[in-house]
Amino acid sequence: MQDKENRLNNFVIRLANVNGTGSASANNLLMKSIFRMGIPVTGKNYFPSNIQGLPTWYEIRVSGDGYLARAGRTDIMVAMNAQTYGQDLKQLDSGGYLIYDSSWPREKQFTREDITVLGVPLAKMCNEAFSNPRARILMKNMVYVGVLSALLEIDEKVIHSLIEEMFAKKEKLIPANKQAIAMGKEYALEHFNCPLDTKLKALDKTKNHILIDGNTASGLGCVYAGATVAAWYPITPSTTVMDSFKSFCKQFRENPENGERDYCIIQAEDELAAIGMVLGASWNGARAFTSTSGPGVSLMGEFLGLGYFAEIPAVLIDVQRVGPSTGMPTRTQQSDIMPAAFASHGDTKHVVLFPANPKECFEMAINSFDLAERLQTPVIVLQDLDIGMNDWMVEEFHWDGAYKPDRGKVLSEKELEEAAAFYRYLDVDGDGIAARSYPGVHKKGAYFLRGSGHNKFGGYTENSDEYQEVLDRLLVKWETAKTLVPKPVLTKAKKKTKIGLISSGGCDYAVLEAMDRLAAQNIFIDYLRVKAFPFTQEVEEFIESHDQIYVVEQNRDAQLKSLLTLETKATKDQLISILDYAGMPLAARVVVSAIDEHLAKGAVA
Amino acid sequence: MSYIAKPKIIHGGLSRNELGLTIRDYEGGLSTLCAGCGHDSVTAALVQAFFELNVPPHMAAKISGIGCSSKTTAYFLSGSHGFNSVHGRMPSVATGAHAAHGGLSVIGISGDGDSLSIGLGQFGHAVRRNLDMCYVIENNGVYGLTKGQFSASADKGSKLKKGDINELPPLDPVQMAIVQGGTFVARGFSGDKEQLVPLLKAAIAHKGFALVDVISPCVTFNDHTESTKSYAHTREYYHQAVHVDYVEPREEIKQKYKAGEAVKVDMHDGGSVVLRKVSKDYDPTDRVSALQYVNTRSSKGEIVTGLLFIDEDEPDLHTINRTSKVPLRDLPYERLCPGQKGMDKVNARYR
Repeated sequence: MQDKENRLNNFVIRLANVNGTGSASANNLLMKSIFRMGIPVTGKNYFPSNIQGLPTWYEIRVSGDGYLARAGRTDIMVAMNAQTYGQDLKQLDSGGYLIYDSSWPREKQFTREDITVLGVPLAKMCNEAFSNPRARILMKNMVYVGVLSALLEIDEKVIHSLIEEMFAKKEKLIPANKQAIAMGKEYALEHFNCPLDTKLKALDKTKNHILIDGNTASGLGCVYAGATVAAWYPITPSTTVMDSFKSFCKQFRENPENGERDYCIIQAEDELAAIGMVLGASWNGARAFTSTSGPGVSLMGEFLGLGYFAEIPAVLIDVQRVGPSTGMPTRTQQSDIMPAAFASHGDTKHVVLFPANPKECFEMAINSFDLAERLQTPVIVLQDLDIGMNDWMVEEFHWDGAYKPDRGKVLSEKELEEAAAFYRYLDVDGDGIAARSYPGVHKKGAYFLRGSGHNKFGGYTENSDEYQEVLDRLLVKWETAKTLVPKPVLTKAKKKTKIGLISSGGCDYAVLEAMDRLAAQNIFIDYLRVKAFPFTQEVEEFIESHDQIYVVEQNRDAQLKSLLTLETKATKDQLISILDYAGMPLAARVVVSAIDEHLAKGAVA
Repeated sequence: MSYIAKPKIIHGGLSRNELGLTIRDYEGGLSTLCAGCGHDSVTAALVQAFFELNVPPHMAAKISGIGCSSKTTAYFLSGSHGFNSVHGRMPSVATGAHAAHGGLSVIGISGDGDSLSIGLGQFGHAVRRNLDMCYVIENNGVYGLTKGQFSASADKGSKLKKGDINELPPLDPVQMAIVQGGTFVARGFSGDKEQLVPLLKAAIAHKGFALVDVISPCVTFNDHTESTKSYAHTREYYHQAVHVDYVEPREEIKQKYKAGEAVKVDMHDGGSVVLRKVSKDYDPTDRVSALQYVNTRSSKGEIVTGLLFIDEDEPDLHTINRTSKVPLRDLPYERLCPGQKGMDKVNARYR
């Protein structure tokens, strides 16, 4: 339990719902209201792999200090699901508040002395106020938002304007929703001591910020990157990447006069076809991408090897979920690091990017196309479910009008006309990258692409020397990649230290919060967040300058650590794993306690 | 195979097409297939078809999977881009390539192993999308590169050289393509170039998915007396249901046909096909009767050939997608990027 005085703008609300009951829009309304009051907030959806009837939780962290990771505690529980009531009651932290539907009596054993229980007859109130059966269910959600608005002191004007925006296209629904909010608010004011000590106070910390999920940002990034061909197969949790791309294409890429589209999205028959289409389109000169999750990456392996060896650009956005196998499709993990880095048989390795927030999802979507086309190779953007599907507060997006896509070495019609000869795999300037040509541009540009052994001129070969020459040149290209991929982010401790921490992607918020908490305990650690594989020189330097390095990641087998051990000068003993992989987003306290424990064992401090 | 390098000699007597090119300009590298392989005849027919259609070689894109048939993309149109992909996945690569630029003539080469086993799913979906391409299956009932296993098109009761008897029914790409909504379904025989060349020309001209299933015997593993995909067997049971004449856009139909004997179908490229019904009871524009005819004859062991079904009216992938007239890959970036103006709208939506 945390100190009472600390709860102003600093608490976690958890809403336990049944999926398919319309709670999502009410919960979103609640979170956005807080956001619009200028208070930093994040929302996480813990949902089942199911359409209707199973438990689902929404968790809102309010943090005046701007900490956005999962807090790992619950201060207010809105227990709307009878099925999980016992579990929800148990999960509430001591001193917290439990709001429940008191329309029906509660079992006696379902109570606790160290919390405050606030009963609101939600169903009863809605049954009396609304006649439509569906409205009776939906409005219960709005009523609890109304209750919370009184308990937490949410600005009513903010709620009203959000409702008006939400139902801008269904204006008829506005009065009923406002009524439901008012009903909840009145009930709370009449029956409870409002506000609670756990409450809100308007700040000015969300100006110039938006609330957006990573998948939406990725889809948007693909639009801004100039991607025109997208092929995909539906899979949780990546589906909304393509939903987003489609929605923004509809908004920005359709001719209003004749409906003509400057894009082509193909829902493929499976993931193998999806990546095949991406390679075909990229080979033919379009910026093309696919989005998928772990099982899809497994299926795409063979084609990714072809892309690597035949040197075809491709962008693959992998929103990681819990594995192995089908795993838990709606839970988060970072367990595709090794499978992505080395996808496919034979000596194959891929450029991998690790966005840590929606803003980076947007930026890296664009960067991934530049890298894929510059390096003529597949690039995998490794998101995770927590970044991809949850709402995060990030700075507003700004567009750099000076940006020009890097299409890499592509010979134009004129260049081909003037060239004495064209050999597809001949590296003339030593960066390991040969020029390519698009079909249909010039007769001199024709070449035969194959995944079988080929020599530097593009001809078929089974000659050992010729084959090896090409394979070795790909390593030269790999070195070039190290100079082009995004550099890591270094967050230096306030005091000089020999202890370091390396992490990536979705762990970032929790690690940053943990660094602050550890500093408060006089433990100082330099933090390096890697943004890409292959690792750049900066990663090597960080490893060299720290004796002991914690590697924080969300998988069982320490995949990031393994990759560091394989591809840098780091020694096994130098790297200490902190692993958290049960499917929940990382919380700062996991990192803090792991480091505390390790240091207590007598390691260097 | 032969080890002699293929000399490129164009002697003055060779005729030239409208582009001023000779047939040699449509050839490719030297075939490495076995002498007498049916696939080499298909390659020769493709060379002639593209030559006669006046397609600039660099405006064609050759895409294949893995197998003996898929190797042949290296043996014709050396002036075209070629993409020898992975086993069974040619259709997806072709789909992506076509999505990027609908103006190229996409020619996909596959085999019965590549299309009817590992690639059956992709084959079916390319048909379903009515992808504008010419899809050739060089069908010999056997896996050649792995030395003679049955493929899924092997007929029930046919025998391998080593004596194994196939006890499973064959998959027929022609019947499948008709059922899956194919808009151009044909079957030819590598040993009948006179029929095959016009079939290929019409298939290339067709706007939409054109399947040409070519019985193309494997001389090494499946040309023996107990094979149903041998030259001898195919000749004996060969039955041409419909003969096709492809008439180029500016050409006049010179040949006289008797009333009721021929059907003319206008193609999107401005040309037309004239279907000469060799079998009086055959209607190649009626899906159900076409299927029934092929199915009935096939069950009696006949190999029905010709342009067996055609529908020029179904929209292809780009028509359905309403894709811009400018090929997607040629769209200028400025037209694709919504800029800061777009970004303002996005920010407003997520505030």
